This record gives sequence, structure tokens and C-alpha cells, in this order.
Amino acid sequence: MTSRRTFIKDASLLALATMAPFRSVFAAGNTTVGVIYVGARGDYGYNQAQASAAAIIKKLPNVKVVEEENVPETIAVQKTMEAMIEQDGATLVFATSFGYFDPHVLKMATKYPNVRFAHCGGLWKQGNPPNIASYFGYIDECQYLNGVVAGHMSKSKKLGFVAAKPIPQVLRNINSFTLGAQSVDPAITTQVIFTGDWSMPVKEAEATNSLVDQGCDVITCHVDGPKVVVETAEKRGVMSCGYHASQAALAPKGYLTGAEWDWATPYKALVADAQAGKPQPNVLRGGLKEGFVKMSPYGAKVTPDAKKAADTIKGSMMAGDFVIFKGPVKDNKGGVAIASGTSHVQTDYTLESMNYLVAGVAGQI
Amino acid sequence: MRPHAQTARILLALLPAIPTVLALVGTLVLFSLFLLVQGQPVLDAVGLIFQGAFGSSFAWQSTLLRASPLMLTALCVALPAQVGLVVIGGEGALALGGMCAAIVPEMLPAGTPWLIATPLMALAGMLAGAIWIGAVGALRQWRGVNETISSLLMAYIAIALFKHLVEGPLRDPASLNKPSTLPVPPSMMIGSLPGLEVHWGLFWGVLACIGAWVFVKYSTKGFAMRVVGGSNRAERLVGLPVNLLALAACALGGAAAGLAGMFEVAAVQGSANASLLAGYGYAGILVAFAARQNPLAIIVCALMIGGIEASGSLLQRRLDLPDATTLVLQGLLFANLLAWEALGGRIAAWRVQLQAAALADINLPMEQTHA
Repeated sequence: MTSRRTFIKDASLLALATMAPFRSVFAAGNTTVGVIYVGARGDYGYNQAQASAAAIIKKLPNVKVVEEENVPETIAVQKTMEAMIEQDGATLVFATSFGYFDPHVLKMATKYPNVRFAHCGGLWKQGNPPNIASYFGYIDECQYLNGVVAGHMSKSKKLGFVAAKPIPQVLRNINSFTLGAQSVDPAITTQVIFTGDWSMPVKEAEATNSLVDQGCDVITCHVDGPKVVVETAEKRGVMSCGYHASQAALAPKGYLTGAEWDWATPYKALVADAQAGKPQPNVLRGGLKEGFVKMSPYGAKVTPDAKKAADTIKGSMMAGDFVIFKGPVKDNKGGVAIASGTSHVQTDYTLESMNYLVAGVAGQI
Repeated sequence: MRPHAQTARILLALLPAIPTVLALVGTLVLFSLFLLVQGQPVLDAVGLIFQGAFGSSFAWQSTLLRASPLMLTALCVALPAQVGLVVIGGEGALALGGMCAAIVPEMLPAGTPWLIATPLMALAGMLAGAIWIGAVGALRQWRGVNETISSLLMAYIAIALFKHLVEGPLRDPASLNKPSTLPVPPSMMIGSLPGLEVHWGLFWGVLACIGAWVFVKYSTKGFAMRVVGGSNRAERLVGLPVNLLALAACALGGAAAGLAGMFEVAAVQGSANASLLAGYGYAGILVAFAARQNPLAIIVCALMIGGIEASGSLLQRRLDLPDATTLVLQGLLFANLLAWEALGGRIAAWRVQLQAAALADINLPMEQTHA
């Protein structure tokens, strides 16, 4: 009979045997890159999109990646950035959550002027530390294409959108999605439910159910983890369009397509700059054309007509001659959102303070 | 055989720590087994836990920073616990405290020196927290509403209110995609303790814990509170104001959590926004229970939890362990703390024996006169 004491002894011996040497020896010329996530890396959403880019740069020669997930937007993220710099020797830090920027990234970038910081969200402005690169993508292009596909596939002509907060980025996606659908049939409406925060699984499920109950037959969303929304839609037998990353695996029947980030593009560019010792850009943005965003492959259900329509517009976007926000556009309160003759191209900063929902969206900011 | 009187006195002092120490040992053993089953290098991991929490001055500062809000939110549990109430709604008091502190600067005339502004912000935060948790106490004492449930529900209301106000009427129009209140002017921000990279929240957190301990242990009001905690009826029988004492304990606890919110705004975030809701209020519950509601032990336990969080960071980066590992560690710790509480009865028996032994060499005049 094994006594408790011998068991512990054996266990610790086993532990000793399996103990690996510390991986703190760096080969000369290695660039250590730190990546920080606000949620779980496998969330089928915002963080997974970032983590899959980190996985790609991990495979680049002479690049070592250290990662940390579930880091809140508090003093904790400042300490994590510092630890990556001080303990792991990171010279490039990707702070991937929007809320990390002010004050955390700003503070650390001032403290470590020789370390490169990359922040996701596009917030850098004149006067901020020069060692910050602010990367972001025009994902509303993909939401427009989501809308085109949804518009073709919907029978009830009612679409559902589960959104976190009525902030400009989210409104831009809701509007793009709706405009895309209305390009197929102007009578299509989008019902929006705001859950109030980025990660509210229970409310997201409730919102999805309520949208389906109201007759919406294609659901999409802008929350951190679209997993719950897509799964609930599948369970209720309606179609869905994804966001952030591909949720195709969660809804084999109803998943139509999705708006995905392709962060590998800016990640690779910023790592290359760091390795070459070149100064990094402060603002780094792109859409489909630049490879910052991409569409999920079409699901089995999508009809050839829908594919053709979406692919045509996508081609036009790739060529750089498609404008989503082109007047006249009415808002959903009867006012004028974009005047006739005015058109806002993607780089137009007025789009970044969007404060309206377009006509045909049932919802309130 | 009775232990020597001097030894008995030392053992008596150490007695309350026994469940906590055993819980720590138990946690470490179970966590090692967990890692072993997962095929992880146990010694590396355990080494990294200590290295990440207390292994260098950087680690210490990281631990201290994470611990300081927990000291204040733990008081929000420990102070009501003195009167026998289990309050778990510190998160709401923290949120409202932070928000009220954040709106003080814009109400003051421009150029108000920090010497005036900062105490006002602290007062605003404490007042907000005190009212919120005080209301929980009032509901309990005058309306008979269970304080545990109501404090949790009140926290939900507080958070909803916080979001509504911060993202609505109080929103800085310039904060587009991260709705926040107007930024606190840099001159009113709280800096670091001299020679450290730890903000003043730590100092006030420790001070609050010591103050609370002195109050609970050595003041008549504190004693009265503990009597209420012991027996409501006995207290009423001797004519002490039970309801007011309970209300005061809740309000003081709420004030501590509100102060934590104020420090998060004025020393870390620079404005009130959703980043404030990072779960400090809930982590404070764990700290308070680990400290067995003793305000002085809260300091140690907050350091322990802060240390686990700091080392979780290192575990992730060095061993590629998922963040859930830290959660497992915290969960094991909490479960162990509760499980070893079961020793309570036996410890009480030991205490009686030890007290007898400690008093053995003291001549008791009363007995002599009776002889």
C-alpha cells in the first residue's frame, strides 16, 4: 500500500524529472513581442482574431512571442506591459483591447520611449507618444457584404443585430450591414438590441431569442464573443452572419458568412519594422483591399445569386471604388444623415464620430 | 500534560492562524497535483508563483498595486461582518464611489489646488459608497430584507446606474468609443508613494485596515458591534442601539469601497468608465473571508491575492499556461479556506485548554480568598 508520504515523494520526483529548463535564454537578434488580450484567446471573437495573428508571427524567424490573456483594463495591464518589457525583454508590445489605450498604453509608451507599442483601435493622435502604432481596419466593408448576403437570403425581410454599446464603431457596423441589405431590397429592416457591454453572454442569448421571436431570420452582432449569438441563432433554426473571427464551426447549418479581422497583415508589418529598426507608422489602417479584414467562406446555404452579388461588390471594394456612406442617406428619425452629393470614403474621419442609425434600423441610441 | 505557560501564550496567539496556514498548505498541494495531472512542470510553476509575486522589487510592486484596492473592498465585507451581516455588494459601492469622485473636479473652480480637490474627491467617493451600503444595512434592520441578496442586487443597480450616467449625461463628448466622464485634471491626479511605483491608494488602504482593526478591537463602539454580531438579542437586552450600529458598520464598509473607487479614478484611470468594473469588489469578498473578517489580516490576505494575480501573469508568459490556471489556484484557495474553517470547533476547545495553561502560573486572588 502506498502511504501518503511516499506518494508525495514520488510525485515530486516525477515533477523534478519532467522539469524543463527555463526558456529565458534568448538567441542573439531575436525580437521578443508581447501580446496582451482582454479576454480569453479562444473566445471565437475579438481576442481570437488577435491571437490567430499572434500565432502567425510566432512562426516568423527570430521572433519570440509572449502572451497574456484576461488582462483587465486596470493597473494590471500596465504591470503586464512592464513585465513583458522588463522580465521578458519585449521590444514590441501589442495591447489589443480598445480600453488599454488611455491611460495605460499612453503611460507606458512615455515611460519606455525605446519600446514599440501597437494598439488596436485607431486612437493615436498628434501629441501622443511617437512610439505608438495605432492599427485598425475598416470592417464595415465586411458588414456591408454580410448585409448583401443576408438581404438575399432573408425571407422575412427582417434582420437582427445584437450590439454592445451605441458607440461610433458599432453604429457604423449596424448602418453598413443595413445599407448592404437595403442594396438588395430597400424594404429590409434591421432590428437592433444593445446589451450594454462587450461581453454579456446571458443578455446576448436573450437578445438573440427575442430577435428571432420578432421574426428576424438572419442575425449578426457586434460584441466581443459572437459565439453565444451564433449558437443561439443556430439552435433557433435561423441564419447568422459572423463577426471578428469565423464562427462557421458553431453553426454548420445557418452560418452564411462573416466579417473577420485579418490582423496578421498589420502584425507582420509592425514586426518587420521592428526587426529592421525602421520607424513604425503611428496610424495603420486598411480594409479588404489592404488585407486588414476578410470574409468568412460562404456557408452551404448561400445561393449562387447572393454569392455573385456579394462578390461583385467585394471586387469593387478591392478596386477601391466603392463608397458605403454615400448621400443621400436618411437617419431613422426622419432627418438627413448624409446629404445628397456628399460621400464619405473610408478614410474620412467624420465616419469615426457617427452618431445616427440609418433609416430602416429599428433601434434607439 | 499541560504545555508550559509561556509556550501556551504563544500558541494562543498563533491559534487563529492555523486554519489559514493549513488552507495555504492544502492549496499548494492540490494545485501541484492539478499541474501534475496536466503534465506541467510543478516545481517550475510553484517557483514562478513565488517569483512572480514576491521574487523581485518589480514583483513586489506589482503585487502591492493589485492588493491595494482589495484591502478597501475587503473592508466593505469585514466591517458589516462585525455585526453579523454578510454584505457582498462592494462592487457597486466602488463603481458609484469612483463616479462621484470623478465628477468633483468639474464642479470645482478651475485651478483648485489638489490639497483641496483630492480630499473632496475622496469624501464624495466615500459618501456615495456609505449611502449605498448603508441603505443595505437600513433595509436589513428596518425592513427585514436579507442583506446578502439585497447587497448583490444593489450592486447590479449601482452598476446599471453607473453605466447609464457615465455613458449618458456624464459622458465626455470627446470620449467616442470608450464612453468616460470628463478627465480628472492632471494636477488633481494622485501620484506614487515616494521611492516606489505604487500609488497612494496602498498607504490609505493599509491605514484604513489598521484603523478598522483598532476601532473593532479597542473602541467601545467596535466592541458593541461585535456584541451585535455575537447576539442580537443580548445586545438589545443591554439596551444598545443595534440598528444604528449595524447601519454604521455597513456605511463604514461602503465608504471604504467608495474610497477604492476614488483611487481607481484618481490614481489609475483618470476618469470614470467601464474599466472601473474589474471585479475588485468581488475579489474583496474572497480577501475578507480569507482574513476571517479580521481587518488586520486583510492586509496580509490582500497581498496574497494580489500576489497570485501578479504571478498568474508570469505563469502565462513563461509556461504558456492559460489564465484559467490562476482561477483554479484562487478557487482551490477559497475552497480550502472554507473547508479548514470546519476546524473552528476543535480550535475553540484548544483555546480553552491553552487559556487554562497560560493562566496556570498566575495566582488568582479570588480563589485564594475562597480557600
